[in-house]
Amino acid sequence: MAVTVKTFASASEAAGALSSDRSARYLGGGTLVMRALNEGDVTISTVVRAQDQALTRIDASGPRITLGAGVTFARVLAERELGFLHAPARSIGGPAVRNMGTVGGNLFAPSPYGDFTVALLALDATVAVAGGFGSRDIPIEEFLQARERQAGTLVLSVSCTRPASSVAFRYRKIARIKPKGGSVITLAAHLPISGGRIAGARIALGSMAPTQIRARAAERALEGRSLDAATIAAAASAATEGTSPSDSALGSAWYRREIVGVHLRRLLSGQE
Amino acid sequence: MSKIPLQFRHNGRDVAIFVDGGTNLLVALRELIGDMTPKFGCGQGGCGSCSVLVDGELHLSCLTLAETVAGRSIETLDGMKQGPNLHPLQRAFADNFAAQCGYCTPGMLMAAKALLDRNPSPSRDEVIEAISGNICRCTGYEPIINAILAAAGGQVSA
Repeated sequence: MAVTVKTFASASEAAGALSSDRSARYLGGGTLVMRALNEGDVTISTVVRAQDQALTRIDASGPRITLGAGVTFARVLAERELGFLHAPARSIGGPAVRNMGTVGGNLFAPSPYGDFTVALLALDATVAVAGGFGSRDIPIEEFLQARERQAGTLVLSVSCTRPASSVAFRYRKIARIKPKGGSVITLAAHLPISGGRIAGARIALGSMAPTQIRARAAERALEGRSLDAATIAAAASAATEGTSPSDSALGSAWYRREIVGVHLRRLLSGQE
Repeated sequence: MSKIPLQFRHNGRDVAIFVDGGTNLLVALRELIGDMTPKFGCGQGGCGSCSVLVDGELHLSCLTLAETVAGRSIETLDGMKQGPNLHPLQRAFADNFAAQCGYCTPGMLMAAKALLDRNPSPSRDEVIEAISGNICRCTGYEPIINAILAAAGGQVSA
């Protein structure tokens, strides 16, 4: 079925078109929307695009980085200043998908996809969105909790604070096919250290619930402690609390629950 | 619904077609231009058989909205051979038995070309990474990896 394609020069015009039409979807890199069209998704009757250069801008010079929603994973990987995001960017798709798929689109990618968003959730990113009534910033956790209701809003950019060191931010994706494959589970941990103790731990999990979630019980087990074997064991045993994984071809809910603690322990102890 | 006029460069030649809204680049290439080298595999971005180069960058044509390539340069396997001669990558695929049923071959060759255009002497791991988005159900990948490394090393028959 043919759809109407509306192309706008500015993101705000595109946001207006998106908010006024319930059957409109925003086309970023195409890896989600074109796939839906190829599968004959009749709920999409309008495709909205914006050729706004602000959407593809990277600001990685300072302590707080901002990625335009239209920035591809290939561009993240080409940016030396974004080294802490290279592992999540590299874990997505093959080269063609990384040349197409975008940071903004990844926020909407359902399980077993959306790995980059797991990293952004651990980094407490902020999502800038534009609706019919101007733009606003939303904490990523709030954005994900209301993801099903975000259809009428356009993501403009995501921003987060650069982790203090390379060991303060860790990422791990478990896939059956290497180097490419959907996620069995995905884990990211941000562990800022203050005076030898963890202050402000954030653990994010992918494919452990309908959207990416935080492992709050594991975070509590880490908070205010030093990263020793006992703390890591406590965090690992709390990893499944609050999760609701589902069965998929890549792994059963049972299997996901069984392995999440194992991989959290390996991630926190710095094992390969 | 009215058709959308679309012009782009296809293997060095300017083409002009009319597409329906929502048409993907793979359909435009195969059904409207008659270039049957990119293949339809999964339509989901999982198999890589529709891979083409857009301004030299590897893209999946089935997930590319046709009108987004207006004014851009598209390369497909059809434009790879140099006159009557095969491209060294094609020669290396033949020499190394890297094509069995052949369905993945056009996508594999475009992924390999995208790699060698940027990195003329890749390591084995870099080759594996470069074709990681392309599925082959016949060869077990080893002959394909060997062929790409042979082409990069200039070890191809005349």
